[in-house]
Amino acid sequence: MDDVLIGSLVASSLRVSAPLILCALASVLAERSGVIDLGLEGKMLFAAFAAGAAGVASGSTTLALLAGCGVSVLLSWLHGFACVSHRGDQVISGMAINIIASGLTAVLAVAWFHQGGQTPPLASEVRLHELFPSLSSALRTIPYIGPVLGEGVFGHNVLVYVGLLLVPAIWWLLYRTRFGLRLRAVGENPHMVDAAGVSVQRLRYAALSINGVLCGLAGSYLVLAQSPSFSPNMTAGRGYMALAAMIFGNWRPVPALWACLLFGFLDAVAIRLQGARLPVVGEIPVQAIQALPYVLTVILLAGVMGRAIAPQALGRPYLKER
Amino acid sequence: MTSTTPLPRWADVTLLPLLNLAVALGVAALVVAAVGQDPLQVLTLMVQGAFGTPRGLSYSLYYATTFIFTGLAVAVAAQGGLFNIGGEGQAMMGGLAAGLVALWLAPSLPAVVMLPLMLLASIAGGAAWAAVPAYLQAYRGSHVVITTIMFNFIAGTLLVYLLVNHLKAPGNMSVESAAFAPSAHLPAMHEALAWIGIEWPSSPLNVSLLLAIAACFVVYAYLWRTRAGYRLRAVGASPTAAEYAGITPERQVMISMALSGALAGLVGMNEIAGVNGKLLLDFVSGAGFTGIAVALMGRSHPVGIVLSSVLFGALFQGGAEVTFELPGFTRDMVVAVQGFIVLFSGAMAYVLAPYLAAALGMILQGPVAMGAKEASRG
Repeated sequence: MDDVLIGSLVASSLRVSAPLILCALASVLAERSGVIDLGLEGKMLFAAFAAGAAGVASGSTTLALLAGCGVSVLLSWLHGFACVSHRGDQVISGMAINIIASGLTAVLAVAWFHQGGQTPPLASEVRLHELFPSLSSALRTIPYIGPVLGEGVFGHNVLVYVGLLLVPAIWWLLYRTRFGLRLRAVGENPHMVDAAGVSVQRLRYAALSINGVLCGLAGSYLVLAQSPSFSPNMTAGRGYMALAAMIFGNWRPVPALWACLLFGFLDAVAIRLQGARLPVVGEIPVQAIQALPYVLTVILLAGVMGRAIAPQALGRPYLKER
Repeated sequence: MTSTTPLPRWADVTLLPLLNLAVALGVAALVVAAVGQDPLQVLTLMVQGAFGTPRGLSYSLYYATTFIFTGLAVAVAAQGGLFNIGGEGQAMMGGLAAGLVALWLAPSLPAVVMLPLMLLASIAGGAAWAAVPAYLQAYRGSHVVITTIMFNFIAGTLLVYLLVNHLKAPGNMSVESAAFAPSAHLPAMHEALAWIGIEWPSSPLNVSLLLAIAACFVVYAYLWRTRAGYRLRAVGASPTAAEYAGITPERQVMISMALSGALAGLVGMNEIAGVNGKLLLDFVSGAGFTGIAVALMGRSHPVGIVLSSVLFGALFQGGAEVTFELPGFTRDMVVAVQGFIVLFSGAMAYVLAPYLAAALGMILQGPVAMGAKEASRG
């Protein structure tokens, strides 16, 4: 293996991981507050559509990001309205969001843009570009570690770094602030939190709001950085993969980051291994590597390696006693 | 999904579901109006397309057949207290198993042997794919919702792998297997009706509709007319109470998931044996998720499931017709409607219940209002 190959592997792993990281952090927050969030996929998809549509219509990156996050937060609140306020089934509500997003984005895209469900490609000035282009190209000339540093580490757009920096930020929020302590407590024992005089509903809505912003960023990333335009069902299961990463990370932000990076790396490797023969094992089918994140998560859940421990009150609606 | 409604039972099983359906369809009508179409025109075209001609009706029932299978699958799991999101993957595996058996044995066996074999294979394929998450839920404590989602993706990639690398017919551009021998072909409804002298236009509707109706009877009889079914529902209602009564919850989890998977696997009979006559990639195409909406709307009861399957079949067929007639309308609208129904009939099913109870109390006074008071006190 040469340094150029490693550089591009690192680069594409990070590119694929970025939306997974944002989404996994979003689900860590929701689930630690006791709310199951299966709607990651739908929120991301709707955010991608909103960012794409707003980007085309306004030509502004800021407005595109705001639209993406706004729509996603609204969907989070809908989830909260159904499950936190009205104690509906959280799994069903999440599925509803996914199905609605999958249908409605296509309907709106066809009606507004007449391109078979796609938005027109976003203009270059709306899209996100490399954050440090000069640093990146300067670093690339260094022998051996140049491509890894230049392309792999410093050749990304701002959202990739935001995603990475949000990992310690969310960790700090969860484990080093009063809000985080309460949020974790509400996922374990809402009665105790209620008895302490803190509103269970307000905490869960707060967690869902931040969750919405993060899913919105993840969805916007897909149209602003990854693909040239929005297309129907472009999330292609990333929300579920982020959910898997969150479980793989045992409902904690930092291990979830490693899981996302692992899944991103597997994706990057799968594309490169297409048709390649490896010593000993022979040709590895691409599909085997694509299925690996899901297989690994099932194995982890089966308790074969370590034990996945979900928050105690996860999925249980809280009824305030009167 | 426990009900704590202050509603009398008759209103809880008829009025409330209809009200929720009306809200879902109302929101869908708003969306249709928002994208510049006339909701009434869309509705008329849909009803005409779905029921107006024998051909349209056949297509509606063909879609409904698949939804009955996936809806029953979700319902049986729900009666056992489990949420099976894996209908999609289980249906894929059912179809795959039926297809593999057909590719392997159909050239040398007559239809009388072949079709029952394919039926068993689709049942076994679906049940096996559901049994693993069931085992993990029952004995390893991992949540069936998460594992069935993962198994959907694993089934999808497995199907792609087998089709691309092993089953694809040489020289064929599209990713699909060779066509099955004629003995693996489930008779279409127009063929079956021709035998008894009725003329019917040709359509994908096939005799697996009868299989679906039979499945409804079997599920009803098993769940509500046998002790085994009572045990299953007891665990669904309260695992701890069931355990005190001497029922092993773990075994009931295995049974309800295996049954659920088997029902989802039967989609393979409709789509693979009945319509396509070969293995291909997208033969389930979301039907497993539609099953969730069907079961929620049908209140996990076979009668409700048949009714809501026909509604969804009509939506799919009608939606396809409207797409022809109205430029700018896409069939994805039907997916959105499905989502609204899951939201309003599922997640928010009881949001409107107090208002409905109040309205009923005002209209009827007396017994209903009394019942409401007692329920809210308890």
